[in-house]
Amino acid sequence: MNILREIVWPFVAVIAAFIVGGIIILLIGDNPITAYSLLLSNSFGSIRDIGWTLHYATPLIFTGLAVAVAFRCGLLNIGAEGQLYVAAFATAFVGIKFGGSVVDIFGKQENWSWASLPAFLLIPLCMLTAIVVGGVWGAIPGILKAKFGSHEVINTIMLNFIGIALVGYFTQYFYKVPGDPIQRTAEIGDAAHIPRLNEFLTFIPYDVPLNLAFLIALLMCGLVYVFLWKTKWGYELRAVGENPSAAEYGGISPKKQIIIAMTLSGALAGMVAIGEVQGTRHHYETGFSADWGFLGIAVALLGRNHPLGVLIAALFFGVLLRGEIFVDAFTRYVSKDLGWVLQAIIILFVACFQMYSKRKGGVVKG
Amino acid sequence: MTDIINIALLFAAIRAATPLIFAALGGLFSERSGVINIALEGLMLAGAFTAAVITFQTGNPYLGMFLGIVAGGVLATIYAIACLKFEADQVVAGMAINFLMIGLPALISGVLYDSTGSTPQIDKAFKLPMIGNQLSYASILAFALVPLTWYVLYRTPFGLRLRATGENPQAADSAGVNVSKLRYISVILSGLLAAAGGAYLSIGQSSLFTKQMTAGRGFIALAALILAKWKPVPVLVACLFFGLMEALTIQIQGAFKMPSGEPIPVQFIEMIPYVLTIIVLAGFIGASRAPKALGIPYRKEN
Repeated sequence: MNILREIVWPFVAVIAAFIVGGIIILLIGDNPITAYSLLLSNSFGSIRDIGWTLHYATPLIFTGLAVAVAFRCGLLNIGAEGQLYVAAFATAFVGIKFGGSVVDIFGKQENWSWASLPAFLLIPLCMLTAIVVGGVWGAIPGILKAKFGSHEVINTIMLNFIGIALVGYFTQYFYKVPGDPIQRTAEIGDAAHIPRLNEFLTFIPYDVPLNLAFLIALLMCGLVYVFLWKTKWGYELRAVGENPSAAEYGGISPKKQIIIAMTLSGALAGMVAIGEVQGTRHHYETGFSADWGFLGIAVALLGRNHPLGVLIAALFFGVLLRGEIFVDAFTRYVSKDLGWVLQAIIILFVACFQMYSKRKGGVVKG
Repeated sequence: MTDIINIALLFAAIRAATPLIFAALGGLFSERSGVINIALEGLMLAGAFTAAVITFQTGNPYLGMFLGIVAGGVLATIYAIACLKFEADQVVAGMAINFLMIGLPALISGVLYDSTGSTPQIDKAFKLPMIGNQLSYASILAFALVPLTWYVLYRTPFGLRLRATGENPQAADSAGVNVSKLRYISVILSGLLAAAGGAYLSIGQSSLFTKQMTAGRGFIALAALILAKWKPVPVLVACLFFGLMEALTIQIQGAFKMPSGEPIPVQFIEMIPYVLTIIVLAGFIGASRAPKALGIPYRKEN
């Protein structure tokens, strides 16, 4: 019965969100049936569609796990967006500096790299950079909360603004190829690239950018599950989330757990960079994230802060992100911003329904 | 330095503080009654967008301001129902409201103006009226609301009940206070005030709505509220401080040069209020005490 209850309410929330969203679509003068069929029907039709949907789901698995781990410790990490931005820039930086990148500046070749590492060193180095830098950016609000008690929600939002501005500055002034009209860094070295799945699985069409990061994301779902439920550290982290004072009475330091949870959360968010920088784009670009960090909140809530739930919810949002493009293109008024609205309504409904299901992973007072 | 600190800076600080004062006073009512209001940002956006649309359509800024405030009240009612009736986690529900207000204005402006989130420019004649050419009447209103809030909070039965509810809802309940009703009123009041701040942004300080134009002001207002220990007069001081910082950042632009002779990059200027908010929160929160029942749903016992 418990499992059934865990599953029913997220479903109800999604359906409720679609109904409210449908009314909004109707009010702004489009046909909700058309919009929704565009939204849902372009995701499963072929191997190409499924590949794209999984590709869109990949960053959401990471950010969903990131938010869920923080939730389990009673923290709301709204900073995944900033964490993945900073991590992505850092990953590109390492990929350029150690990847033997040579930049073409108005026909003149210039070497921007310090070294040219082989792939078996550079790929893990870039991945480690993504994890560590994301973790550090996540740790800051954790430390601020543990040391000064300042609320992680405000601090993570402020750090989003700061992080995105900071890497925007570095990109514009130091790592952008002069003359490039797009705010992006130079390309990372080839040795930093991670393989696309269609290089091994030939039935996946050549244009599907689904890459190794998807498999890493699946692996992380398993690791997060093992960490949270099969280790002492995970138990302590959850104990603080359930009841900080009881945990402290039991000899667990909530402050330490808060810092650990936020660091892990930031590291998971930072892993988005592995797929996006090393797998898909091969550079850092301003505005590259489709608000994945924020979507992660809806993914985590919908997935009941459980890795398996996060995976399913991320796939669901992958479908929506894939479909949004078609809705945007083929309806008159409905734009990608419908995504924000649906997401908001889903979060609101899940938050409201939580009362009826077991109170789990709720945010503690800050 | 002398050319930076001047009377124009003072006015600029007051202008920048105005939306913060509205929003922070709004947050004060909600939080003193025990309901966290992280939705201030979204409530401001609701006011800003509605005010801009109505003013552009009718050419009447008063109607724009009024309906903007109403929109904030409606949105706050939804938030209040989620938090109070359904006992949703207040921080999570608040963020949902904020997300909603990123998407909804963009959708509506797409229909109305074929844009991706902004309204057309409002004619200068239709903006909120100014005193001279430095201050808006809305700023005066914001300042006037501070003593008014103080009076309501400390000198009226409503204020007493509000404070009692935020500190100890059980005791307030047994003394005959309708805790739920009082919290509804407080949250809706916070929506009205935050939306007024938003409306000032779009039709007073600026002359159009742009997507996410509040740029974190709702959260900065919340930081000001915490810095001010949830008290009305310190709220004014805290908001003026943040307003002064915002005004300074605009003045610094171009006035100072980096050692290399280049102007300070705009990204660094933009960061200042956000860095400051973090520092202020870290430095002062220890000395600040939140209302005891903040964020805890209250269920009446039978």
